[in-house]
Amino acid sequence: MEPFVVLLPLFGALLAMPIGRMVSARAAELTTIAFVLMACLIAWVLFFDVAVGHNARTIQLFTWIGSGNFIADWAVKLDTMSVIMLVVITSVSSLVHIYSVGYMHDDASRPRFFAYLSLFTFAMLTLVTADNFIQLFFGWEGVGLASYLLIGFYHHKKSANDAAIKAFVVNRVGDFGFALGIMAIFFIFGSVGFEEVFQAVRTDAVVTPFNAADGAPISELTVGFLGLELHALTLIGILLFIGAMGKSAQFFLHTWLPDAMEGPTPVSALIHAATMVTAGVFLVCRCSIIYENAPDAATLVTFIGATTAFFAATVGLLQDDIKKVIAYSTCSQLGYMFFAAGVGSYGAAMFHLFTHAFFKALLFLGAGSVIHAVHHEQDMKKMGGVRHILPFTYAMMIIGTIAITGVGFPFLYDIFHFPVGTAGFASKDAIIEAAYAAGTEGRTGAYYAFAMGLIAAVFTSFYSWRLIFLTFHGKSRAPDHVMKHPHFPPNWMLLPLAVLAFGALFAGMLGYKSFVGDKAASFWGNSIYIAGDAHAGGESHAVEAYAAEATPPVEGDHAETPAIASAEDPAGAAHDEAEEHTEGYGEEGEGHHFPLWVLYAPLLAMLIGFGTAFAHYMRGSDPLRPGLLREGGILYSFLKNKWYVDEVYRFLFLNPSRRLGRILWKIGDGRIIDGLGPDGLSGLAGFGSRLIVRLQSGYIYHYAFAMLVGIGVILLIVRLGGAQ
Amino acid sequence: MQLGDNISFAFPEIWLAISAMALLMIGVFIDSKYHRFISFGAIFSIFVALFLVNFGTASENASLFNGAFVTDGFGQFSKSVIYVAAIFAIILSDRFMERERLARFEYPVLILLSVLGMSLMVASTDLISVYMGIELQSLALYILATFNRDSRRSTEAGLKYFVLGALSSGLMLYGMSLIYGFTGATTFEAIAAGADEANRIGLIFGMVFLISGLSFKVSAAPFHMWTPDVYEGSPTPVTAFFAAAPKFAAMAIFARVLVEAFPAATDALSDWQQVIVLVSILSMVVGAFSAIAQKNIKRLMAYSSIGHMGYALMGLAAGTSQGISSVLVYMTIYLIMTIGTFACILMMRRPEGMAENISDLSGLSQTRPGLAIMFSALMFSLAGIPIFLGFFAKLYVFMAAVNAGLFVLVVVGALSSVIATYYYLRVVKIIWMDEPAPEFERDAGPGVKGVAILSTVLIVAGIVVIMPFLNIAAEAAAATLF
Repeated sequence: MEPFVVLLPLFGALLAMPIGRMVSARAAELTTIAFVLMACLIAWVLFFDVAVGHNARTIQLFTWIGSGNFIADWAVKLDTMSVIMLVVITSVSSLVHIYSVGYMHDDASRPRFFAYLSLFTFAMLTLVTADNFIQLFFGWEGVGLASYLLIGFYHHKKSANDAAIKAFVVNRVGDFGFALGIMAIFFIFGSVGFEEVFQAVRTDAVVTPFNAADGAPISELTVGFLGLELHALTLIGILLFIGAMGKSAQFFLHTWLPDAMEGPTPVSALIHAATMVTAGVFLVCRCSIIYENAPDAATLVTFIGATTAFFAATVGLLQDDIKKVIAYSTCSQLGYMFFAAGVGSYGAAMFHLFTHAFFKALLFLGAGSVIHAVHHEQDMKKMGGVRHILPFTYAMMIIGTIAITGVGFPFLYDIFHFPVGTAGFASKDAIIEAAYAAGTEGRTGAYYAFAMGLIAAVFTSFYSWRLIFLTFHGKSRAPDHVMKHPHFPPNWMLLPLAVLAFGALFAGMLGYKSFVGDKAASFWGNSIYIAGDAHAGGESHAVEAYAAEATPPVEGDHAETPAIASAEDPAGAAHDEAEEHTEGYGEEGEGHHFPLWVLYAPLLAMLIGFGTAFAHYMRGSDPLRPGLLREGGILYSFLKNKWYVDEVYRFLFLNPSRRLGRILWKIGDGRIIDGLGPDGLSGLAGFGSRLIVRLQSGYIYHYAFAMLVGIGVILLIVRLGGAQ
Repeated sequence: MQLGDNISFAFPEIWLAISAMALLMIGVFIDSKYHRFISFGAIFSIFVALFLVNFGTASENASLFNGAFVTDGFGQFSKSVIYVAAIFAIILSDRFMERERLARFEYPVLILLSVLGMSLMVASTDLISVYMGIELQSLALYILATFNRDSRRSTEAGLKYFVLGALSSGLMLYGMSLIYGFTGATTFEAIAAGADEANRIGLIFGMVFLISGLSFKVSAAPFHMWTPDVYEGSPTPVTAFFAAAPKFAAMAIFARVLVEAFPAATDALSDWQQVIVLVSILSMVVGAFSAIAQKNIKRLMAYSSIGHMGYALMGLAAGTSQGISSVLVYMTIYLIMTIGTFACILMMRRPEGMAENISDLSGLSQTRPGLAIMFSALMFSLAGIPIFLGFFAKLYVFMAAVNAGLFVLVVVGALSSVIATYYYLRVVKIIWMDEPAPEFERDAGPGVKGVAILSTVLIVAGIVVIMPFLNIAAEAAAATLF
């Protein structure tokens, strides 16, 4: 059964085109939906089996590459981490498939669209179920391909093609780092399997890189890279993170994500919000044990994540394209996830990934509903008052917005012992508190992340409400014929919104205890590194905990621990025991005691943002002329131009490489290679030909002369040769 | 040994001589409209000779006429190939000669006579009989070249051929006289025995002149200059004959003279090897470069044959049994390709006359797809592209040359074959990609069509159909020289 969760979408992808051609486009849609829904069902079954029932396992399908030590299998690795991803991917994918039936109803190449969607789903599932870096990389590139195809789906539009190429090229930069990281792993550990590598890191095993005479414990091992002698794990961590930055659109490599909005809106919801862009977070969490043992790499993750969270939020303030606002919002939220991972709270990162999938998909699909209604207009300046046309969508968008901005009731925590509020409230607060807690423990960059996270929360609230006010409130600024004849969304589109809205409201409260709360340790098993007391000599503890894997957890001072997990999950038991010493973050009155202001700060940030947006866009006489951030100001153009990152890249990389390309093309290839090579040689042949043919004069005496000269030359040569 | 015993070994040649004269007499007396009867007679007579060579006493090994004439495996193989080529040449002439108003009974008779000359030539083991054979075939060929005596081009071609041929004969005779002067012998065996360090230089001079004369016959550079003019000027079936049987015969006697009269045992190998290497390189280069500029398909084929002779000489330069075997394989395959190509060229006829320009082939794939496919397969094969027979021909000579350590020669051969590929592929490109030219007439006759189809089939399927047998036969034939 397990392999089918991955394979079913592939079957759908392969069948969509033939069925679309032979039967009908609708049949192709229904086929792919059926396959994805089946996969979704299996994913949920597996979720309860693996994550709730603690039945982690890996199903080896076959060996893909086997060359000496270099062994890469096709496998379905099922642990808590991967089943969460399975559930998120298949659920959102199913909803997006269904939604697309309505959204794409007037498109001519629907079977192709659905084939790509299913192909993407397959690749993403391959990625998350990998048990080695090579299969992970296959899925990584597979989703990149699907993303390329879907961004450029409207291939008659130049902007769509450009955006697709940009996404691909920027991802190549990241993938280059990622590939180097995988090579470094193989170079250092002699293996690309997760289990082998992570086990070596956990036990601080002595490893011998390929060219080294003798090995060293992995925590002390250094390797040469670009002439520098670097700490091995830090190097690996940074290289892998470069890959993650590309895929997850982190600062420096984020430029492709806003442009990727050229793709159809369901694609933006599935790929560029809920799933693919979170692959980077998934990678970092999957490799959490490496980052925990490479503090410098973790600091880099924190720093980049926090910066992205802030940067993207500021840019989001001024975007007029409804999808670009949400795109920058995605970028910003991914930043949250990264700095959560960077400060060591992988559970919080995954938690936010989980909840974000719901409310961001909801926002995108809601935006899609609006775009669909107003005749594919995306500029919010030309909307306004849409709530009268789309009341249901309006309600859904409000739910999405309160989720992303984190509306909740912190004071109710003491009563219910879990955060009462929307999904975003639960997960975002967990992240911000984790950052603060890490700061108090002296983790580098954690306070920076905490500050950035709070500021970004203000901006998040501002641009989210700005979107609502500009789109749904006020007077309509759309042309008359649009407002008189809007396209009402069919039920195909509304149903997924309702499902996602449910998730956006309740996923946080339902998942809190398992993801970051007091059940976290047993929930995660050993699929991610749980903070525990990592900062206070935690490494030795981790070693101990995993040493317990080999023998039942009855030894020493752990023996009296009440084992929650069964004997099959001794590591979980060991973690639970760790849990007793230091509780999870954010649990008032038990583990960390946060100052009150830390607990209320996110909510306050949200209110500030809301209030400002309300003042600007609801109270102002003209919603397009808000007081602050007026057109023409320095800040305005700085933000409007997205911090000039694209322009800087154009100046630093694009123009020089285009110039270099021209030089290599015109002079290097054209003149030197072609000139001396093909053109030169063929020119020489032509010249030689004309020369010899000119000797062929047609006169007998010339011919006779040539014969005699020939004899003379031959005799001469023979004599010279014979004289030796 | 009695004369009566000896004579039975020469039955094929005697039969050819008698039937040639008989057909000549018959031809004089019957009406000219029965010229086809003479053609059939000639074909029949060559068939009989072919039979005699392979199944009569002539198939046994013997040496007769005081060592001037020999019957051995090498001669048997060469004669068989020459006879078959001659038969095809007569078949190819059938419809063409009528339409060009050249249908005269002398044509098959002259071919018979030249075949007789070649037959004698390849069986010679004495300088005198070599010269006699060569002259007998050449004289017939000179006349054949001028066969269209009302055409200025044809007569000019014949005259050039004759004058230059006379010059080459003179050079060859001079070389033979030097060899005789220094060794006091004319039979190959005695020459080999008589060579020593004292007369080495004199022998080398004689050998170089002899090689020059033979190079003229195989049209190897720098004695090749007559070839394009004669190929272009002669009537096309004659050109086809020129390109096939005489080339083979000359190459065969070339090999026999060098291997038997100047064997490796006397250190003479190193002397003639460098000459052959030089001639081979020159021929390949001239063949490759000159053909690029050609517009006339017959001239193209002339340069192509010069280049191919260079490759065949590469095998000869190896000087080993493997080398000679590769020469025989190469020449046989070349014969198939060249006869096939000329059969195709003979189909290039428009109402206003024969089309001879490469540009006339434009878009042939649209007007005559069958002909286009045959033409293309033959061009690929001539270029030496794998699975076609021409590739294996080149492969064997290259292998022989590599085994003999002639690496420079092999490198030059490979490079010039790259250049040569250009003009063969250009023909293919013109056939398949250019705008169609007016269509050719379709009445080339069953003979020409049959020959074209047969050679194309052999070229394409040759790797299974003839390659295994050809290899064994050529190796056996080459072995008899050593």
